[in-house]
Amino acid sequence: MKKKYMVQKFFYGLLLFLTIIVVAFVLGIIVYLIVKGAGSLSWEFISQKPRSGMRDGGIFPAIMGTIYLIVGTIIFSMPIGILSAIYLNEYAKKSRLTRMIRMSIVNMAGVPSVVYGLFGLGFFVIFLNFGRSILAGSLTLAFLILPVIITASEEALKSVPDTYRHASLALGATRWQTIIKVVLPQALPGIITGSVIGIGRAAGETAPIIFTVAAFSQPNLPNSIFSQVMALPYHLYVLATQLTDAPEDMQWGTALVLLLIVMIFAGAGTAVRARARIRKLNG
Amino acid sequence: MTNWQVKLRKTKSFVIGKLVFLNGILSIIVLGLILAFLVYNSLRFFASYPIFEFLTGTKWSPTVMEDFGFVPLFVGSLLITFGAIVIAVPLGIGSAIYIGELAPRWLRETLKPIIEVLATIPSVVIGFIGIKLLAPFIRDLFELSIGLTALTGSIMLAFMSLPTIISISEDAINAVPSKYRHASVALGATKWETTYQIVVPAASSGILAATMLGLGRIVGETMTVLMITGNSPRIVFSWLQPVRTITATIAAEMGETVQGGLHYSALFAVGLILFIITFLINLISDRFISRIRDVE
Repeated sequence: MKKKYMVQKFFYGLLLFLTIIVVAFVLGIIVYLIVKGAGSLSWEFISQKPRSGMRDGGIFPAIMGTIYLIVGTIIFSMPIGILSAIYLNEYAKKSRLTRMIRMSIVNMAGVPSVVYGLFGLGFFVIFLNFGRSILAGSLTLAFLILPVIITASEEALKSVPDTYRHASLALGATRWQTIIKVVLPQALPGIITGSVIGIGRAAGETAPIIFTVAAFSQPNLPNSIFSQVMALPYHLYVLATQLTDAPEDMQWGTALVLLLIVMIFAGAGTAVRARARIRKLNG
Repeated sequence: MTNWQVKLRKTKSFVIGKLVFLNGILSIIVLGLILAFLVYNSLRFFASYPIFEFLTGTKWSPTVMEDFGFVPLFVGSLLITFGAIVIAVPLGIGSAIYIGELAPRWLRETLKPIIEVLATIPSVVIGFIGIKLLAPFIRDLFELSIGLTALTGSIMLAFMSLPTIISISEDAINAVPSKYRHASVALGATKWETTYQIVVPAASSGILAATMLGLGRIVGETMTVLMITGNSPRIVFSWLQPVRTITATIAAEMGETVQGGLHYSALFAVGLILFIITFLINLISDRFISRIRDVE
């Protein structure tokens, strides 16, 4: 009898140990980035152009480029993703086509980001002749996160009770009016949560933007959607591997700023979810 | 309502219906477009480079010799993926069991978001940490001249796949009905015996799906391997040497090729194979996942 509990104790300890390794890794990375990067975070670093071949000055154009790409990604991915989810949840019947759509979404989510990069290069940059541009980069990133947005939106739509739909339809509203005025407002917090988290992921992606938009060095801000821009993830890659003598603190600072931007998105998404949950509990 | 108002309303709902449908099938269209562009550019490559030589060639030297042998890239990816899975599976399944089955509620609610954070860290940042911290450590530990090795890549990729493996395994463990646990404990089994003899086997197809999805992430990951595996497209069978993966090859070389040239289309052929590999992995893991849903 005693031996049984010894065995139990041993395995509990072992599993706890494995868990601690994982958690320590995550916390270790974040704490280390903050400690090493915090020193170089200054107003100058964030607001100035890079100087002397990116070995001095700031990362302002890279931050702005990332923001342009985020905005572009939102513009392209949100409407398409939400409409697609509306189709799946409100219109689609159980059919072979619906099954095929779901399979495609699962597979789109599994396509490696570098393949999206290849596709963006072949389709947007060359075939549609957008060149390496904000437009091509945003569209590539939008397609990359489309499965995330569709899945999140569909979950949110699914959680709206059918009684709402029936009540609205019974009052004489059309299907579309019901969706726009009744279902969508209810589902919005969930849609935003999922989308924001997806967009945060897109902001940190590097492989898809290397061949579609990212400029090695472009200190001036873009003047049209056909301009190339610098972007934080690619800039970090350049500083860490392409330049031989980039100052250490600039590298850590860039990594920290990138991490902060991505974390802000993840945090915002979680906050919206938490608020919606509280409102539901109260109301 | 007048007659034309009814007509207008009908037209409007027809148009909206079509528009929504078009967005609904967009994912099929996009996936089709991706495949079409990969195939189209690959065919141009295979028109001038024999497919057999591509698949069995042992030398990848695109600029100097115009050798496009896929084997070194494949071996590189295989080596790193295998290493990553060996590290990730015990860590992932172990923590999933701990978090899902053993940890008290408050601890579970603290640990889960921490592990989710790992999924949001951009891969270029993971690669950067790999260069700055892990690579020097590996170099000193094994007394190598350079720390950018297959092992370095495997370790980092293992951790990157953990959020996927842990969260899906944990879902599967949670989905095991609690009456199984009660029955087992009532028969006199300890909690640990219940966990590993009842709960884990019951959740096994979900755990397998989680591992497969983690595998998909590892195979498709690009920036981290590009930065920390040393980028050497030679066939090696050691974890302590630099290698080059399928993904890293595309990312590293596409920027410098002439658009439309042989090297350019060769990289699309490499992309096509990568697409097929990840597609198959996804297909298999989807089978397992739908099996969990059926059980529920």
